[in-house]
Amino acid sequence: MSQKVPFWRAATVSLLLLTVLLMAWEYAVLPVSGGGAEIDPEYAALLGQAAAQGGTTPMPGPSAIWKRLVELMADPFYVRGTNDQGIGVQIAYSLLRVGAGFGLAAIVAIPLGFLIGMSPLLNAALNPFIQVLRPVSPLAWMPLALYSIKDSAISAVFVIFICSIWPMLLNTAFGVASVRKEWLNVARTLEAGTWKTATRVILPAAAPTIVTGMRISIGIAWLVIVAAEMLVGGTGIGYWVWNQWNNLSIADIVIAILMIGLVGLALDRLLGLAANAVAWRE
Amino acid sequence: MKPYVSVEGIARRYGAMTIFEDVWFGIARGEFACLVGHSGCGKTTILNILAGLESPDEGAVIVDGTEISGPSLDRAVIFQGHALMPWMTAAGNVAFALSCRHRSWSRAQCDAAAREALKRVGLSHAADRKPAELSGGMKQRVGIARALALNPKMLLMDEPFSALDALTRGSLQDEVARLVAETQQTAFMITHDVDEAILLADRILLMSNGPGARIAEVVVNTLPKPRTRANLHHMPGYHALRDHVLDFLITRSKDFDAKAPPAGWSARAVPETRPALPLAAD
Ligand SMILES: Nc1ncnc2c1ncn2[C@@H]1O[C@H](COP(=O)(O)OP(=O)(O)OP(=O)(O)O)[C@@H](O)[C@H]1O
Ligand SMILES: [Mg+2]
Repeated sequence: MSQKVPFWRAATVSLLLLTVLLMAWEYAVLPVSGGGAEIDPEYAALLGQAAAQGGTTPMPGPSAIWKRLVELMADPFYVRGTNDQGIGVQIAYSLLRVGAGFGLAAIVAIPLGFLIGMSPLLNAALNPFIQVLRPVSPLAWMPLALYSIKDSAISAVFVIFICSIWPMLLNTAFGVASVRKEWLNVARTLEAGTWKTATRVILPAAAPTIVTGMRISIGIAWLVIVAAEMLVGGTGIGYWVWNQWNNLSIADIVIAILMIGLVGLALDRLLGLAANAVAWRE
Repeated sequence: MKPYVSVEGIARRYGAMTIFEDVWFGIARGEFACLVGHSGCGKTTILNILAGLESPDEGAVIVDGTEISGPSLDRAVIFQGHALMPWMTAAGNVAFALSCRHRSWSRAQCDAAAREALKRVGLSHAADRKPAELSGGMKQRVGIARALALNPKMLLMDEPFSALDALTRGSLQDEVARLVAETQQTAFMITHDVDEAILLADRILLMSNGPGARIAEVVVNTLPKPRTRANLHHMPGYHALRDHVLDFLITRSKDFDAKAPPAGWSARAVPETRPALPLAAD
């Protein structure tokens, strides 16, 4: 079943699909009033081409979006006042927030996860808190954060912090707790001491599990940042999307979706590299 | 005068269940002792107690005049499942042990000594490979090199060759016999293999079946040294010795009853037999 498909074959099919999709899209959004092409009324009804009627913004086709993309990419990092900054700048703001929130979460979650993993008592004592807090949508924390921190930018970072802490905490604790008894016994018979055992045995043994937690966390953080920025406003790709919605620039929204996807992919790949670096095989 | 290692009345109980109790034996300096007994009678537990990884529910183990209270670098353990750290190379595993033994050594010193230790077990060419890239026999060799590199006062081995194929096991047995003889190492080994015990051991401790297992007999191996697998079975007395141990494992181990012991048996002074001597054949 899981035979390896040659890269070029998969790539050809992907390209083909993309072409078909883009062509269908382009065709679907052709202006009806432009005369010429006669559209089956049933088909029009199916697509709900209300967009094609006067008064509302038409859905842009791939070619229009491409034109807009070239425009945006010509100078992605311009800053013309607080409300008019390039898409690159906006993404950079979002990345900064994610980096800060995720970094802080890692600083807290990995050592704490270590302690939880090493101490069954701490594990049992903290478990109820973790179990209750973990399923809470990070956005539910937003009002509380805004109220207590009184700064929207820091509140967004806090929301990222709170959403990325759980996978890292749980994975670290699990990874540390499931380090093989054999290796711990080796360390004990070598009188390695707590610090050496933690850094030379437990950490490398648990590293793949910890990095998996980090990978899940960064994915969630990148999902949440868009929503958080829509709420707090000011800067960031989430805010930018909302702003373009208010301006009814649909092409920009589509471009933003694409960018968010690509940046998310890049973040995941980055942690994928880290995972490869710490992986070990028995 | 007390022997180098003196096991004094140790017991292991789980609730009302007694795995073994009233176990007494000694190991002289430079002596090779083998513990033979059926699965589940508590051999690994006894080895772990000698290693200091577990403590007995009763009794004590005195090594060199002091009661042991935990693991020590002076008692190196060769684990059944090699217990190498898969994220370190072969040399890295040995160097880690050396860095625990010699805290003041530099990284380069540890590495050089590790390579030297691997050379002694014929693994120079594989020093930079990870355990996953080594065969089972090579992994066990690294485990042996790691233990011997520590220059311990005593070597503890828990069925070190049981996971290996017959050929590899044979060559490793000869190798351990040579290395232990060269260094006059005091050794304690668990095995299921009667020939292995006869090849390596100066004294074979025979354990009765659990629950409530004891050391039922002590067999002194009077076959001359050096013994190799090639000459072992040609030695006069070998068959008598082998039959004696096998008979114990097949029948006497389960018939042994500490409440109605054979004449002359006492837990503190288990009688020694010398079945390989012609006199004992009566
Ligand atoms: N936590 C536990 N609770 C109850 N019994 C236990 C526990 N741990 C070990 N035992 C029992 O203790 C006994 C001794 O175990 P041990 O591993 O020392 O046996 P062994 O002689 O080394 O066996 P083998 O030859 O199979 O390695 C076994 O019968 C096992 O069932
Ligand atoms: Mg065992």
